[in-house]
Amino acid sequence: MITTLIERLAFWVLIAPLLPGIINRVKALVAGRRGPPVLQLYYDLIKLWQKEVVLSRLASAGFVAGPAVAWVAVMGAALLLPVGGAMGFRGDVLVLIYLLGLGRFCTAWAAMETGSAFEGMGAVREVSYAVLAEAALIAAVLSLSIQTGSVSLATMLSPAPGAGAVLLAAGLFTVLLAENCRVPFDDPNTHLELTMVHEAMVLDHSGPLLAVILHGASVKLLLFAVLLTEAVVPMGGLTAWAAAGVLASGVITVTVGVGLVESLMARAAFRRVPLLLTTAFLLCLFALLVAWKGTGA
Amino acid sequence: MSNGTVNLLIGLVMGLNLIALGSSRLPSLIRTISAQGVTLGVMPLVLAKGNIEWGLVLVALGTVAGKGLIIPALLRKATRAAAVEQENEPYIGFVSSLLLGAGGTIAAVALAGALPLLPEHAGVLLVPGAIASVLTGFILLIGRTKAISQVCGFLILENGIYLFGMLLIRSTPLMVESGILLDVTVGVFVIGIIVDRIQRAFDSLDTRNLTTLRE
Repeated sequence: MITTLIERLAFWVLIAPLLPGIINRVKALVAGRRGPPVLQLYYDLIKLWQKEVVLSRLASAGFVAGPAVAWVAVMGAALLLPVGGAMGFRGDVLVLIYLLGLGRFCTAWAAMETGSAFEGMGAVREVSYAVLAEAALIAAVLSLSIQTGSVSLATMLSPAPGAGAVLLAAGLFTVLLAENCRVPFDDPNTHLELTMVHEAMVLDHSGPLLAVILHGASVKLLLFAVLLTEAVVPMGGLTAWAAAGVLASGVITVTVGVGLVESLMARAAFRRVPLLLTTAFLLCLFALLVAWKGTGA
Repeated sequence: MSNGTVNLLIGLVMGLNLIALGSSRLPSLIRTISAQGVTLGVMPLVLAKGNIEWGLVLVALGTVAGKGLIIPALLRKATRAAAVEQENEPYIGFVSSLLLGAGGTIAAVALAGALPLLPEHAGVLLVPGAIASVLTGFILLIGRTKAISQVCGFLILENGIYLFGMLLIRSTPLMVESGILLDVTVGVFVIGIIVDRIQRAFDSLDTRNLTTLRE
């Protein structure tokens, strides 16, 4: 039990920073550049970890505790996902949703701690997007739950292929883009504070705190990619190695997809974002409808 | 072919309904209408379950040509003549009309079971699809201010009625089908002329200008 837990933890901690590297590589290739190395985030994390922290005079302990609690919450949520053997309990999907919510709350809280106007603005934007994205995520979880008649991640992530899976994939992919602050919801490369969403929240974090935030963001990206793959691709009948291969290729497909979206689409205007997120919510809601009607007929 | 294909097509029609509710640009709205017309045109062939007669093929071809090509072309021409691209201030916002449409669609699917349908129609989504399209058409007709968006709402409403008519595909004569199609085409043609007149009189396609009478 303990060894599997450590293996699982090592998997999430070590693999996660690879994903932003892959996205950046895809973007660079599409744009015809060489781009940073795929392992760039690992170097960044090591460098940031060795730097000192600059603290605002206004900041309380929450400024330090926020990123730490957010990281632990996201890691806890990630550990609940069945990767190579189930490890959950009944109702763990609810814990997953609440842990993601807790992580977001702590990031926003730490952002408010600095007393900077930009960070408050970023927190407001992040939370207002999250309200809509969370509705879509909950609808997706409900549709999986109705499809399989279960509330534990290990059994409910074995979907039936069909129209519902397509709707769910589209909805969850949009949620992934919104939750991880990617284009078209947010531009991770922006350097203008007024246009930032997530980046504005972490402007005043430095050193190890920023490293923790960046690592937590990459874990969250991997978490959503794994969730999307497992929610859409039925992997119940496969052997352990085949399932691992399918999972890996699914995650890489999702990551490359994010990179392609980021290369080919412009960022949506702020007033268009609610429409996009409502669309994601509706996609998940219709997946729910398909799951409900499909089992009824 | 099976009910599954029909239901997939009707699902597509429902999805296109929602896209039409969410799109603020007129060209994309017209493209959605066109795609919906083509989807509806294929429907009689799928519903025939193998025994395809020449009449059915004619209906299908006529629908694809009329709803998928001619009417959108007329609308595009009107849009270009009036030089309007975007629906700016709808009465009902895009998010709320999208939610309304989705609520209507879900209610239609959920409540269609309560209707006294023939057993052969019970497993097919034809009736819910028809009700959802009619509701979508109403929302577009009520909620938009530009004349061309309202025409699109009217077309989606008509598509819903067409979908309902699919239930009677065996008993409706070909003449009735082609008559309806002709009516709709002429209707859109006339509306194209009206749009041009509104544009000339008010320099915009905002139908709110038409609510006050003048000498």
